[in-house]
Amino acid sequence: MSSDSSTDGKFGEYGGQYVPEALMPAIEELRDAYERYVLENEDGFVDEFRERLRDFGGRPTPLQHAEHLSDRYGREIYLKREDLLHGGAHKLNNALGQVLLAKYMGKDRIVAETGAGQHGTATAMAAAHLDMPCEIYMGETDIGRQRPNVFRMRINGADLNPVTAGRGTLKEAISETMRDWATNVDDTHYVVGSVVGPAPFPEMVREFQSVISEEVRNQAQERFGTLPDSVVACAGGGSNTMGAFARFVDSEARSASGRSSGRTPREDDDEVNLLAVEAGGSSLAVDEEEGVAPNSASLSTGGQGVLHGARTKVLQDEWGQIVESHSVSAGLDYAGVGPELAYLVDEDRVSAVNVGDDAALEAFHRLSQEEGIIPALESSHALAYVEEVLGPDAEADADGADELGDRIVINLSGRGDKDLETVIEETDKRSIPNAPDMSEFAGGL
Amino acid sequence: MSRLSEAFATDEPAFIPYLAVGDPDIASSKQYVEALVEGGADCVELGLPFSEPIAEGQTIQQAIVRSLSGGITPEAYFEFVDDLDVDVPLVCMTYYNLIFRYGADSGTAAGEGDHTAPGPRPFVKRAAEVGIDGFVVPDLPAEEAGDLRDACDEFDLGLVFIVAPTTTDDRLDTIREQVSGYVYVQARMGVTGAQADVSDRTAESLARIANWDVPKAVGFGISTGDHAARVVSAGADGIIVGSALVDIVADGVENDRATADVADDLREKARELKDGALRGARESPEAQGE
Repeated sequence: MSSDSSTDGKFGEYGGQYVPEALMPAIEELRDAYERYVLENEDGFVDEFRERLRDFGGRPTPLQHAEHLSDRYGREIYLKREDLLHGGAHKLNNALGQVLLAKYMGKDRIVAETGAGQHGTATAMAAAHLDMPCEIYMGETDIGRQRPNVFRMRINGADLNPVTAGRGTLKEAISETMRDWATNVDDTHYVVGSVVGPAPFPEMVREFQSVISEEVRNQAQERFGTLPDSVVACAGGGSNTMGAFARFVDSEARSASGRSSGRTPREDDDEVNLLAVEAGGSSLAVDEEEGVAPNSASLSTGGQGVLHGARTKVLQDEWGQIVESHSVSAGLDYAGVGPELAYLVDEDRVSAVNVGDDAALEAFHRLSQEEGIIPALESSHALAYVEEVLGPDAEADADGADELGDRIVINLSGRGDKDLETVIEETDKRSIPNAPDMSEFAGGL
Repeated sequence: MSRLSEAFATDEPAFIPYLAVGDPDIASSKQYVEALVEGGADCVELGLPFSEPIAEGQTIQQAIVRSLSGGITPEAYFEFVDDLDVDVPLVCMTYYNLIFRYGADSGTAAGEGDHTAPGPRPFVKRAAEVGIDGFVVPDLPAEEAGDLRDACDEFDLGLVFIVAPTTTDDRLDTIREQVSGYVYVQARMGVTGAQADVSDRTAESLARIANWDVPKAVGFGISTGDHAARVVSAGADGIIVGSALVDIVADGVENDRATADVADDLREKARELKDGALRGARESPEAQGE
């Protein structure tokens, strides 16, 4: 596994360890374990991880040429099919890695937060697979809108702790899981679900997810003998994003204080354009009076702040209070973003763009009908961005179209089965031109 | 001597209560803080509510929700402190983002937000102006505290750090270099909250820092005069009590009690805790001539 990364947990000004003192020793212990097992393959950790990803997870996932989308856009569109990973999303890459690491560390209990429920289900599956007791914290609002995943977690044997604070979404679930960890740190590992939180989590989760871009590199070479022109991935916290980008970001761009790379950076890395598509929700403005941002576009609109253990870009009011984010997609609904992604955007290595709820729903229906793949609403944002730039109604935006290039890889981070209730409700509320009539199902599920 | 150390200047153990400012409103808060000082507080930790209080248990989380719903802002907090008529040192307890962001032009607005933050200096400057004597920032470990430490030095304010039962010896050295005012000894693992009993890890934690020259105040879980006595007899120079007092405020809100009645109860609870601490000092091995 590659080891090009900063040693101090910082990405430029971002990252760091803003956590209660009681957690600092656990974080130091985790960093030590991460370096030994993950970076140095002590006791064959990486070999076991890879083997389990293959046999239990079903890796490698295909890089599929999407024929109808390619026809539609006049470009070669490839889908990285993380929706085919066991559990139906990229989340297992990280959950399996961390639960296995917890086992190597001798921990005997797992806690995790979940938003859309994908990380919770992946953690519950990994914990059952590796025989670890597991408790999941999930906001009440998310429990209401992600019931299939709630059932899956319980069926895999995890205990579910509803979080009622705030609006009952991911942000509150993370805070509550941190409190659990602060109480039970001696025997418990907190499986953070994205490239967020205090160091070493952002770096470690990126390393577990980087198998995505590692495969894309190899598959692209096999398929068309060169690297893609662009990689497009949705960004909430940013774990599928960093996973899809990691092996296209050379160590120099990643951090000036970078540790020497295990992988020789390639000259052509920099020529792969990386686009992080955030949830524009219903509007990019913030209602400071209500403390609500009707979007989750922290890379595009957020200011520097400190949230959940890291300095990063954050949706906040004029005083620094964190505002409630919104997206039709529960998995993107978060007021912060991974610090490394914030850094790469500032360095102009990653472009932050966003699309709204309506466009995401439209893209959801398009892929379902034209390619026979029901995508997660999260991944639908990545698809929607390509439609906005290259579709028949695209504004003449030569820059955006140039940036995408001729060979475009879209990270299809998850499948949409979990979103069906939401899609039926939300589609019925709006006029989505390409959606089938589903009014007969709305409100009746 | 910094003003913060004055709380510990006498031979008596210090009683340091915590309340969230603006819980449930500014006017009541003012009476509550005054009642605590009348009841014997030697220093007060005034909480500035943050939307993501990751180190707090249910009791203080709910106080923060009540205060934020009442419209508290950092500026309203500073005005509150400025108006406060008490003669004891005041410590601002809050989370780092509010300190980091204070003085930014705006928060988040479609591409127009102030993307960089001014850092801690404007907040510390304003706090010093209104009479704050120091800070406790539960999500700021010593490693990340350089900027805040510099600002506190510039304005001659104390910076209190927490020592937890899990804090390693290496980390104790780092904290010792940075701490001023007093050191906050976390009595047990977990988040804030009143407990039926106090942890016996307290004496152990105090022994590890016995030779530090800053006063040692113990918090997390102290809710009765007996707890206070036990903690002080174990060697603490002071006790910090939050949730047990916030419980009284919460009870006032739930039962729609008059502010003056709630203030009476707070004054009485403060006396119980202060008396407990004094009793503990008399019973301590030191007082017994050992």
